[in-house]
Amino acid sequence: MAESSNRTFWEYLAYVSENHSPLDFVLVADHIDKFLYGTLLTLEITVLSLLIGGVLSIPLAIARAYKHPIFNGPIWGYTYFFRGTPLLVQVYLVYYGLAQFDFVRESFLWDPILSKAWWCALITFSLNTSAYTAEFLRGAIENTPRGEIEAGRACGMSQFRLMWRIVLPSTFRRALPAYSNEVIFMLHSSVVLSTITLQDILGVGRWLNGRYYLAYEGFVTAMVFYMILVFVISRGFRIWEKHWLAHLRPREIQSA
Amino acid sequence: MELIWEYRVLLLAGTAVTIQLAIGSLFLSVVLGLIGASAKLAKNPVSQRIAAGYTTLVRGVPDLVLMMLLFYGGQQIVNDLGSATGLWDYVEINQLTAGIASIGFVFGAYMTETFRGAILAIPRGQIEAGISCGMMPFTIFYRITWPQMVRHALPSFTNNWLVLVKATALVSVIGLHDLVWNASTAARSFRPAQSFTFMFAVLIIYLILTAISDVGLRWLDRRYSIGVRRT
Repeated sequence: MAESSNRTFWEYLAYVSENHSPLDFVLVADHIDKFLYGTLLTLEITVLSLLIGGVLSIPLAIARAYKHPIFNGPIWGYTYFFRGTPLLVQVYLVYYGLAQFDFVRESFLWDPILSKAWWCALITFSLNTSAYTAEFLRGAIENTPRGEIEAGRACGMSQFRLMWRIVLPSTFRRALPAYSNEVIFMLHSSVVLSTITLQDILGVGRWLNGRYYLAYEGFVTAMVFYMILVFVISRGFRIWEKHWLAHLRPREIQSA
Repeated sequence: MELIWEYRVLLLAGTAVTIQLAIGSLFLSVVLGLIGASAKLAKNPVSQRIAAGYTTLVRGVPDLVLMMLLFYGGQQIVNDLGSATGLWDYVEINQLTAGIASIGFVFGAYMTETFRGAILAIPRGQIEAGISCGMMPFTIFYRITWPQMVRHALPSFTNNWLVLVKATALVSVIGLHDLVWNASTAARSFRPAQSFTFMFAVLIIYLILTAISDVGLRWLDRRYSIGVRRT
């Protein structure tokens, strides 16, 4: 009893947390900076790959929607391949697989890009999300109301201008709810990063558990971090949808 | 190519584990989905709250995190409970159980939404008709709700199944000797590692699995849409 009264409050808290709490929260709090860095990496890869994949997916979707005679088939194959196989294996194929070839290892791209887990993940994630995005964008383009296109034609718009001013803006609006799913799906998929030695949120959780020989502290913390991110993203998209899809909402009846 | 042929037994054994895992977790997810959907549709606010919490939790957390939590943390909880109550000795949760439990748990939430939507799509009058014919609740479920629910649920069910098959690749991370694990181990037995060859073979096997299930589910779709006009 006497010695315990000499302890400071923080020492006492650490003691309770380590021995009597189901979750060693002081230990987690001590490493919270690592989790924040992990969050940064997760967000960095997710956002960059969504941007690159999104830009890539637009021409793919247009070519598919208008059944381009040459590109339609190969793009179908590309989306089928990426949508039909696990992202984990795709990442393994690029990160571990490319080293198999001598010409890849001797090329100028090897040292700065293809031997780095970060770049391999970014490349694979971008290709993967562009395949998914292209497919639902294609659906949205095909569902463009005929009247909108006819109106554009009647105004004398060229094919390019019609695409740029009418079809794409209208498509993006209709695709927004599906895109919010894709963003969350990409965030969830980014856990694959931790399997190729990167310290994303789950990677930090695994490291913490391994280092202190714990069973669940790291995973529970990672879980909380992912939940917060998903909550923020879906909130953001809801506000965005409210703004961009305002014309599709049922009109509110005003009481006289 | 010859390399893959040489290792065909290992790859096929892995594929068998993957299929076993997929079907096991599909079964669990359908059961959880039916329970979740009826909890969401029930008038009871407590059951609604619990089901809503379940789907929110799963949508917020990546499947691999839940899988690791279950595999490493669940083991400790089960054993702590066992030693506290003295009911059971040391239990080891194997990777297959953890895999089925976690994938089933995750996809149970998606199935909940699928089934809830499908049940809501059934015209209320048909259920009332069943009641007025004096059918028991189970008979109503079996004769009226289920056959139509399957039809309404199939497109989204198909989607869930395809995502589930791909999610099974993640169990290799917790060490289950599935297709991905076997292939990457085989690839690493070479110097330099033949990962590209083996991973490409894995991708092809996954494509074959999804193609086969596509055919099967299309057959189911035709069978359950007999008597429905297609637009």
